Amino acid sequence: MTASIEFQHVSRNFGAVQAVDAVSFAVNDGEFFSMLGPSGSGKTTCLRMIAGFEQPSSGTILLHGRDTAGLPPFERDVNTVFQDYALFPHMTVGENVAYGPMLRKQPRADRERLVAEMLQLVRLPDMANRRPSQLSGGQRQRVALARALINRPRVLLLDEPLGALDLKLRQQMQIELKSIQQQVGITFIYVTHDQDEALTMSDRLAVFNHGRIEQIGSPIDIYERPRTAFVAGFVGVSNIIAGALAAQFGAGSVAFAVRPEKIRMVEVEAAELAQSLPDGMQSVIGHVTEVIYLGMHTRYVVDVDGTQLIVAQQNAEETASTIQATRGRAVRLIWRREHTHALEA
Amino acid sequence: MAATEQSAGRRLATLLYRQPRLTLALLLVPPLLYLLVLYLGSLASLLLQSFFALDDFSGLIVRQFTLRTYANLFSPANLDIIARTTTMALAVTIADALLAFPLAYYMARYATPRTKAALSLAVVMPLWASYLVRVYAWKLLLAKEGIIGWVFTHLGIGWLLDGILALPVIGGPSLSVSLIGTFLTFMYVWLPYMILPIQAALERVPPSLIEASADLGAHDNQTFRHVILPLALPGVVAGSIFTFSLTLGDFIIPGIVGNSSRFIGMAVLEQQGTSGNIPLAAAFTMVPILIMAVYLLTAKRLGAFDAL
Repeated sequence: MTASIEFQHVSRNFGAVQAVDAVSFAVNDGEFFSMLGPSGSGKTTCLRMIAGFEQPSSGTILLHGRDTAGLPPFERDVNTVFQDYALFPHMTVGENVAYGPMLRKQPRADRERLVAEMLQLVRLPDMANRRPSQLSGGQRQRVALARALINRPRVLLLDEPLGALDLKLRQQMQIELKSIQQQVGITFIYVTHDQDEALTMSDRLAVFNHGRIEQIGSPIDIYERPRTAFVAGFVGVSNIIAGALAAQFGAGSVAFAVRPEKIRMVEVEAAELAQSLPDGMQSVIGHVTEVIYLGMHTRYVVDVDGTQLIVAQQNAEETASTIQATRGRAVRLIWRREHTHALEA
Repeated sequence: MAATEQSAGRRLATLLYRQPRLTLALLLVPPLLYLLVLYLGSLASLLLQSFFALDDFSGLIVRQFTLRTYANLFSPANLDIIARTTTMALAVTIADALLAFPLAYYMARYATPRTKAALSLAVVMPLWASYLVRVYAWKLLLAKEGIIGWVFTHLGIGWLLDGILALPVIGGPSLSVSLIGTFLTFMYVWLPYMILPIQAALERVPPSLIEASADLGAHDNQTFRHVILPLALPGVVAGSIFTFSLTLGDFIIPGIVGNSSRFIGMAVLEQQGTSGNIPLAAAFTMVPILIMAVYLLTAKRLGAFDAL
């Protein structure tokens, strides 16, 4: 299988600012690939270089095996859904969607059929004669998607397309985007700073930081086996164990990460486990300094020899009084050894 | 004493704060009075005047409804004036739009803030000098011994200038006494009024629209035709309202630079001044107003304001 997109040591600097720093990765054909990272991490610049709005300062970008150097946007078989949607305000929804076919001078009848098909796909069948200004944010988003997909590109680029929508609509659109991607079967490159979005939709994702890729992998890979402190902290919540406490967990690494929900918390008095800790388990003793009630679960902050660890516990057996009574208690924290992730420096 | 004065001021402030409608009324009445009463009132009286006529024997205005003045307006000599003025206004508008667009585009999309400030200054600076001074300056530039003729002669293409001046109707003995000269002066004087609105319109076009167009497969010329031009059109129309209506009404430039063939503005001046024929002057004034109304309606029909 050939790669849909391949970055080979691609860098891009704007004056003294190194936006993208020697990035290499490949995206498979038909994959839903996310580029996740905080703002300024280089993910949008990478997307814009694929689209052809920016040129790499050095390195090579291959699109289906073809070098894209010097190729203008209109000669690339990719289309983009913009963050602000970029719908043409002087055209109707139908004219917006038909823009690509109109440029290629497709016959009017073909164009109309395609537009109807696309608006059907994004579930806006009766909107062709509206103006973009008459649509809601979510509807504009769908029009932008239809307009990009009508060209049947081999790769669709999406630049934080759900950023401007409210939470409910965003979650609904996440599911819809994923199902549209499976229907049309093309590569989606999705830029976002929202880790939930990236985890929900992606086949694979790349976590960006300071113009570099920290880790690439499936959502489960990234979440369950974060390789760097940045990934551990940016994707979900992690306890970073460093310093003296880290020495307990093995040599070779200076820092470890443990997810709060992987830790079981038991009262010290009740825990004769101390003597009989099962194989493959790790444990530390501390006392609860903070209890943050979150409905479905409770987040406890446990002080272990001066290191604050966060523990998330389902409120399955707990009652209001047992949760509150935990504050100040001495507790033992137990988790599987395989949930301790050694972090790269 | 001071205490009561202060409290009176304070009471007024409280009153205005509590009665926002009163505040609004106080702020809006003066401009509305000016616009509605003085401006629209004058227009109405103008319209009314144009339906009166001058008594041929006494030279007095007969205040009776008649279409005689309009019949007079549409005499061949007057139609000639109207056609000349409208053609000139149209030519000036088109030339200004063509001249202004590239500069406005550069200022809106490519110029660095520093270059943009310098260009904006260059565009506006001529407006600091008196209009009359600039028109007389053009008369000198265009004169037979002026710098334009001098350049043509020294480039060895004096024959080209002579050829242009030999053209019927628009030519003449020298540029300063030809309609070409009038055209050049008009074009120069109204150019800033075309550049500024086009630049403002272009600045409101988000760069992502241009990227989206290219992304969807448009070459640069297609993006220009389908996206940039339609979105800049309200600016072009706004600019053309200035250049068109200012040319339609001007009587100074054709009086100073030109072949003394008459324009609407000059006709109005003559009719109400020298001849004392206020009704005909009023009827002449209705012409540019009607032309502008037709122009704006056509522009709206063609979708020039759709992007607003």
